[in-house]
Amino acid sequence: MRRVAVIGVGFTKVGEHWNSSLRDLYAQAVLRAVSDADLELRDIQAMFIGNMSSGYLQAQEHLGSLLATHLGIQGIAAVKIEAACGSGGAAFHQAVLAVASGYYDFVIAGGIEKMTDVRTEYLTSALIMADDQEFVASTGVTFPGLNALIYRLYMEKYNVRQEDIAQFPVHEHFYAQFVEHAQYRYPITLEQVLESTIVADPIRLLECSPISDGAAAVVLCPLDIAMKRRKEGIVEVIGSALSTDAISLNEREDPTTFIATVKAAKRAYRMAKIEPRDVDVVEVHDAYSILGIINLEDLGFAEKGKGVRLVKEGEIARDGRIPTNLSGGLKARGHPVGATGIYQVAEIVKQLRGDFGKNQVDDAEIGLAQSIGGVGGTVIVNILKRIR
Amino acid sequence: MSIPSPPRAWREQKYRYRLVGVKCTRCGLTYYPPVVVCTKCKSTELTTIELPRKGVLLSYTIIHYPPVEFKEYAPYAVGLIKLEDGTEVIAQLTDIDFNELRPGIKVEAVFRCLKTQGEEGIIEYGMKFRRALEE
Repeated sequence: MRRVAVIGVGFTKVGEHWNSSLRDLYAQAVLRAVSDADLELRDIQAMFIGNMSSGYLQAQEHLGSLLATHLGIQGIAAVKIEAACGSGGAAFHQAVLAVASGYYDFVIAGGIEKMTDVRTEYLTSALIMADDQEFVASTGVTFPGLNALIYRLYMEKYNVRQEDIAQFPVHEHFYAQFVEHAQYRYPITLEQVLESTIVADPIRLLECSPISDGAAAVVLCPLDIAMKRRKEGIVEVIGSALSTDAISLNEREDPTTFIATVKAAKRAYRMAKIEPRDVDVVEVHDAYSILGIINLEDLGFAEKGKGVRLVKEGEIARDGRIPTNLSGGLKARGHPVGATGIYQVAEIVKQLRGDFGKNQVDDAEIGLAQSIGGVGGTVIVNILKRIR
Repeated sequence: MSIPSPPRAWREQKYRYRLVGVKCTRCGLTYYPPVVVCTKCKSTELTTIELPRKGVLLSYTIIHYPPVEFKEYAPYAVGLIKLEDGTEVIAQLTDIDFNELRPGIKVEAVFRCLKTQGEEGIIEYGMKFRRALEE
């Protein structure tokens, strides 16, 4: 297996891009990533595109051919990768395999979701397609509704209060102020979160990731080629793992632990030959506040039931022990579903290059990105390391 | 919103109308919906069984912003329910005052309309759960 590096990243601002189409947003991200890699589009041999719902939201499938055509590089290997909200992380994992195997040298892992093309209730239908349609979606439950079931189980099992869990989005909005590509660049207070409208009891609006448009892309190549082409800012992928779990909550022993996170993290840590304490900067998949807390625990940064302590004690702050979601996370950077996993990797790469502006973690060497599909039916953990 | 499809609703009638799941004949674990291989012991010998219609509410939520096909029903409650034999199901809760919702209350299955497929489709039926009378 070859060692793999990320040599270019590019993304659009996350937000409401009323005047841009799916293909236009995606092309912007790819052009930026290829330019950042100091390559030409003609160098690209394969492209894996993370996207969840183009078939439903745009009535557009076959993104591999569509987007290769729009970029003028038809002829390359290009295919859509779908794992619900974890599509971006899954696309990156596939790109790592494609380079590590020796099959391709220059590969793009991209992600795109264009969510504002339809009204909210249609999006709500699109997102619950992440769960079992015959036996779960048929109850009328929504995606936030499933997370609300977990939220209540978690509060009861570990005797944790909503006031503590709801600190997570407050943390993220604070950092998003300093992130140019974030959707919501303003702070919010705990009172605002707790007084915001109820979406799926007990989940409040300001505990939910928003409706976002966005595209992101990264360029991967073998580490030895990267070392020849770049003097600095080389980032190696030292761990990459994808794990699945029972798709629905009722088929799990304990819905407050995402076993797929535990398994993917264990594999990725082993591959990277590191422990959780070696990680300097993290991006977790906090589609809802409760997931921010659960993810910190399942990735090994806190004991079960004690994730909120990391937030309250400033451990996930920029200068804390485990700086987390300094991008603003899914809540404030935004969550263009299939693109989010690629945004996370791009943000970690920029942190490891020392290029993350005001939210830069001092001397960050190892970073981790976690991407979740559905309510933990798929989890991808990618670990990156700065090479000097 | 899925495309109207009578065959898709018909083929699941047995499981949806009668709360039928499967039980592993080797280790005894039950599943709803049915699976073809037991997760625990990997046996493929599973038999269909009618699941108990009574259970306990483990967790619940109230849906205020529904998917498009449930728009006319909101707000409504959905629960995670543990049936008397330990099988867990997710189902809509019906005939219940939201103020009575709390983990631990006893619930029972009732046959109800789940949703309609719109002008071109059919009406889909299945199980919802209501509060059981306390003994």
